[in-house]
Amino acid sequence: MQVAVLVIYLAALLAPWLFARQQFRAAWFLALVPAALTVWFASFVPAIAAGEVIVHEYGWLPGLDISFTMVLDGLSLLFALLICGIGTFIVLYAGSYLKGDTAQGRFLVVLMAFMGSMLGLVLADNLITLFVFWELTSITSYLLIGYNHHQAAARKAALQGLIVTVGGGLALLAGFIMLGAMAGSFSVQEILNGSEVITAHPWYLGMMICVLLGAFTKSAQFPFHFWLPNAMAAPTPVSAYLHSATMVKAGIYLLARLHPELGGTDFWVMTLTGFGAFTMLTGAFMAVRSTDMKKLLAYSTVMALGSLTFLLGVSTELAMIAFAAYLLAHSLYKGALFMLAGIVDHEAGSRDVTEVGGLRKQLPLSAGLTLVATLSLAGIPPLFGFVAKEALLETMLEGGIFVMLMALVVVASILVVTVAAVVALRPFFGAFKAPKAKADIHEPPIPMLAGPIVLVALSVIAGFIPGMVGAWITLPASMAVAGAPIEGYLALWHGFNVPLLLSAVSLAIGGFLYTRWDALRARLQVLDPMVSRGPERGYFYFMDAIVWIAEWQTRKLQNGSMRNYLRTIVLTFVVVTGYTLLTRYQLHWNWNVDLYFHEFVAASILVAAAVAASITHSRLGAVAAMGAVGFSVAFIFILFSAPDLGITQILVETLTVILLVLVLFRLPSFSNISTTAERIRDAAVALTVGVLMMFLIMITIDVQLFEPISAYMIENSYPLAHGRNIVNVILVDYRALDTLGEIFVLALAAMGVYAMIKFNPQTSPGANHFAGTLILPPKKVPEQHIVHSLDEIHQKMLEDQNILATSDDDEDADDSDDIVAPDTSSEHPRGDYPHNDDTEKKGDKDL
Amino acid sequence: MMKPGTLILHAAARFLVPLQLLFSVFLLLRGHNEPGGGFIAGLVASGAFALYLFTFGAAVTRDLMRVDPRNLIGAGLFMGMISIFPAVLSGEPFLTAQWWPVMLPGGTEIKLSTPLIFDIGVYFTVFGSVMMMLIGLTEAEEH
Repeated sequence: MQVAVLVIYLAALLAPWLFARQQFRAAWFLALVPAALTVWFASFVPAIAAGEVIVHEYGWLPGLDISFTMVLDGLSLLFALLICGIGTFIVLYAGSYLKGDTAQGRFLVVLMAFMGSMLGLVLADNLITLFVFWELTSITSYLLIGYNHHQAAARKAALQGLIVTVGGGLALLAGFIMLGAMAGSFSVQEILNGSEVITAHPWYLGMMICVLLGAFTKSAQFPFHFWLPNAMAAPTPVSAYLHSATMVKAGIYLLARLHPELGGTDFWVMTLTGFGAFTMLTGAFMAVRSTDMKKLLAYSTVMALGSLTFLLGVSTELAMIAFAAYLLAHSLYKGALFMLAGIVDHEAGSRDVTEVGGLRKQLPLSAGLTLVATLSLAGIPPLFGFVAKEALLETMLEGGIFVMLMALVVVASILVVTVAAVVALRPFFGAFKAPKAKADIHEPPIPMLAGPIVLVALSVIAGFIPGMVGAWITLPASMAVAGAPIEGYLALWHGFNVPLLLSAVSLAIGGFLYTRWDALRARLQVLDPMVSRGPERGYFYFMDAIVWIAEWQTRKLQNGSMRNYLRTIVLTFVVVTGYTLLTRYQLHWNWNVDLYFHEFVAASILVAAAVAASITHSRLGAVAAMGAVGFSVAFIFILFSAPDLGITQILVETLTVILLVLVLFRLPSFSNISTTAERIRDAAVALTVGVLMMFLIMITIDVQLFEPISAYMIENSYPLAHGRNIVNVILVDYRALDTLGEIFVLALAAMGVYAMIKFNPQTSPGANHFAGTLILPPKKVPEQHIVHSLDEIHQKMLEDQNILATSDDDEDADDSDDIVAPDTSSEHPRGDYPHNDDTEKKGDKDL
Repeated sequence: MMKPGTLILHAAARFLVPLQLLFSVFLLLRGHNEPGGGFIAGLVASGAFALYLFTFGAAVTRDLMRVDPRNLIGAGLFMGMISIFPAVLSGEPFLTAQWWPVMLPGGTEIKLSTPLIFDIGVYFTVFGSVMMMLIGLTEAEEH
């Protein structure tokens, strides 16, 4: 099974190459991969139906209890078949749908990568591995929604989907780690079969909230449903595949997978049925308001996802049967409907049901298929959708849940009938209208029709033989979800009973609402203000708050003042280390040091140079003094027989001087910008660090907490590492990982310096000020606040310190861009430096 | 800003650069047994080119180096990463040192090893990083 996932990723890698040679035919070859995998997975059906669980073990990071073990049981098999089966047709469809698009190679890569990730997700046994695949599906989904990246709407929708699902993913990771700690293992099999009772654990509630956040965001449950309809900015194959049949069901899959261990508590039942029912209603209600076919379908997908959550919440045996049946039915008809909506859009030029109509003559086959698929959506016999809906209603009636929730479910199932009728009838019947001319509209090529034909045919066939489908496919899945054998069967005809009555009633009312649909939509417009204040607005506020907080903390913490940074770092060090030193150990006074005269001289030079560096008024003097400090340190290293350190120190000092000479001329003139009080404070801070370091060194001499490891290193340096220079052996062998990290840091630092030298602020003035969102207008930053060059930053700094008078005018503004700076005639023109009492003097210009 | 070098500096730079480069390679290779190693060697090598940089300017130094310092950094990091993997092939944990002693004709034994590859990686990274900063600053100066 690991190979199955790998093969898909390999196919993804091949996609650009295939596309370059075969153009749109590349998709036909790529479709062979999921097709073959479908057959391969189908060959497991008899074994799984007989109750077997197939486990393929493969270690990954055994030390961390993370494995690539994959498990195939009823639930994962059902998902694997859907992913590969529908995936085959989606890839075929995409080839023709995006025919002539030069970026199709990129599209196919991401689509195949998504397929592999999704397959990995449903097969993975390990929670951490599952999480990795989970995030991969989020990322590929982001790339696919934003496929038309030249459209701002697509980019925003992609980002929204990513932030919502990945934000939930973070919560999920926390939940997984808690779950792993509670159960003592990250393996789902071990968690399900383990003896630990998770539901009685004190962490259960916190863990459940985290896991539910992850699942609800991924599966677009209320109040996170808003990203899914926006994701319809993606090309239609993506909507059909990711946002109806597979990815959005990942959250549902996860809940179903963990249901045997986590389910059944009051919290589980209340939350899942509550959120599920409310999501159903929200989805159905929003669908009725929409006129875009894809939006209609997207909201009805939200409704279906709500139903699945609801069924998991009820968690009776019947609910499990209904769950698997509903899952299968929905994937079959919704995948087909999305592809058909794409065909209408592709052929007629619009998919808005108010703009197209009467297409049945031009698209007879598509019209027929849509009609049959929507029958399944509406739950009309003999389609498989009817079987699933009957099971849902029956579950609800016998599940012993609140009457209010039942009412929500019934209302939702009425509205969905209306939605089905709109999707089926509006585009194809009535008077002809379409943006394109009548003669130009014709049935699409076979690869685009293949998916809908097969999926609709399966819906019909499954409706006629529900018993067999149940026994082979859905019942094993139900058992995996329930974690126990289930007695039950699926049937088309249950006799005259309450569910059938409810079905009939919802059909009648739904049909009636359809005839009044236009009026209904007009009426519903009064609710628009309420809808616009929905959860999506919360998302925008959240995003704005992030920008605001980022700006605030940048202003406060990252204010660009080197002295502030140093003071913060140093004081933190003093407080934390000093606290530990004082509370855990005593201060040691150890002045009995034998000191040779030359050592004393070296130390004296060191101290004198340091003092000189800190009090000099000349920059060159400071550099020279620092150099003296460095060379004295090198000398001391050599005195205490550390030649490697000594050499390094000397070389570093030399290069530092060279670097300083290069930058010296570019620095602004040496100026005193601190008041006396500030300098006394800084001196105090510096002294505390020095004193602390002194005590630390004294305690190191006296107290031996651990056996020193130097003996081991000296002993093994030659025998194990074949080197006599222990310093080097430590660097490249014993602690090579540290050195590796260090050279990366060095490389990054060099790149930072390089970027700072080469970066030209004029090319992107104030680009970071426009992190705008959909509702808040883009921020208008006054021109004088936009920084154009390094000189200005320095100027600004001096102004803040009251060294310079504020200059209002901006030289760069006139020639830079369209934002015209307010021309406040300046009272203090540039170069006017009035004397200020706070500063002692302007600075030495002796360089 | 940078004044053209004097005659003595010109002459010295021409002779010192190859010598210093040789010395840096010497330091690099002896590093495992005597004071030396990739970091020090990298600094010595960049010192050589720094001298050249002061004498002849950035453009000539770039020509002499032939390789862009940025590529040197990349190559260095790449070699550092490469040295991680041979251990896995022989079933040991990542980064375990691997030794391949080679007998040269004449009886000299050379010990090739992953720490050596790693050290060369350090050498190139340090060399490239320092040169990137120096050349960048000098170019900004000349501009």
